[in-house]
Amino acid sequence: MIAIIDYKTGNLRSVENALRRLGAEFRVTADEHTIRLADRVLLPGVGSAGEAMENLRRAGLPQIIRDLRRPVLGICIGMQVMCRHSEEDDTECLGLFDARVRRFHPSPGVKVPHMGWNRIGNLETRLFENIPGGSYVYFVHSYYPALCPDTIATARHGELFSAALKYENFYGTQFHPEKSGDTGEQILKNFLEL
Amino acid sequence: MVAKRIIPCLDVKDGRTVKGVRFTGLTDVGDAVELGRFYALNGADELVYLDISASGEERTTFTRLVERIADGINIPFTVGGGIATPDDAARLLDAGADKITVNSAAIRTPELIDHIARRYGSQFIVVAIDARRNEQGTWYAVTHGGTRATDRELLAWATEAEERGAGEILFTSMDHDGTRGGYPCATYARLSERLHIPVIASGGAGNTDDIAEVFTIGGADAALAASIFHYNDTTIASLKRQLHARGIEVRI
Repeated sequence: MIAIIDYKTGNLRSVENALRRLGAEFRVTADEHTIRLADRVLLPGVGSAGEAMENLRRAGLPQIIRDLRRPVLGICIGMQVMCRHSEEDDTECLGLFDARVRRFHPSPGVKVPHMGWNRIGNLETRLFENIPGGSYVYFVHSYYPALCPDTIATARHGELFSAALKYENFYGTQFHPEKSGDTGEQILKNFLEL
Repeated sequence: MVAKRIIPCLDVKDGRTVKGVRFTGLTDVGDAVELGRFYALNGADELVYLDISASGEERTTFTRLVERIADGINIPFTVGGGIATPDDAARLLDAGADKITVNSAAIRTPELIDHIARRYGSQFIVVAIDARRNEQGTWYAVTHGGTRATDRELLAWATEAEERGAGEILFTSMDHDGTRGGYPCATYARLSERLHIPVIASGGAGNTDDIAEVFTIGGADAALAASIFHYNDTTIASLKRQLHARGIEVRI
């Protein structure tokens, strides 16, 4: 069973739909017991890092997430709160990835938010099995995790940043696999089969 | 670099797509989900569904349709048509829409943009602007399908929309829409230089050259089109191959 952590940061429907299309069994939950027992845990999220961390704390989830030993995948804000610190609202995050989250600065050709399809490269780990380097995935974000030792995929928007991170059993993607067409479906499938 | 996006636009009435869609290999061209999936397979980067129904009852039908689209399609989609309140936005977000587009209502009540952006994030709100050039050559926003003039100058209004929290601007020239004679590229270029958020070009594309120009000269980030795809004179896949051959970055 897969647990989708519900910590009130907006809509989880697209992640649910993507799992349903893959035929996976899941539960949307904030229940400690269910999350601890899940085979896979997804931490989605939209909105701001500050609000997301606040909601996690209010639900008593930070330590429960840190203690998980099965594969965990954070998506977008879900991934950013797994980093060390975010410039957004000057937020101390969960500290699972050794990355700092910074804000994009608009310049000619670099619009903020970074919105749309961009290529990912330097792909590492089984999360990207059967995904050719240079594949396009869908991004929507104004803050990005900087490059760090945990980087397992990169993308460029003005500068190079971490499109995906991994530390032990923790994974994160800055892009939205649930909105990235067939490429995204394959990445989610890979995560379920880790 | 972010790829330039190609976005087919589907008009929906009573839960069915309208416009003369003639495709082979589609069992039900009126089915919005099936048509959307067809476009997605063909290389569409996003989809826009516009509800052109009028009554409240039909709105409920549209909301149910949005749920089905969200279930069945694995690329982002935007919905629009008659969104006038934060509650309308909430209803469509809950149904699974990735973005909504507001047009006349934002001109009437600009605070609507602030509300929606603050509550759901800028990425959720696309502000659509229809505009027409006056005799002095200045562009002014119009509403109600171009039938009502406003005192909103295009660049000023687009800038205000960005400041209020719009995530993207969708600009349609009512002087070019439906003519298939190309886009007003110089105006797109000014918009694109002025704004920090993506600009979507809409209305006027007749062929691949027009779309290429709105990207290269106009600096647009995306092109929205309806009829050139619906009538199958250009498929999205072939359009993208041609754009790619001209050195424009597209997702193939």
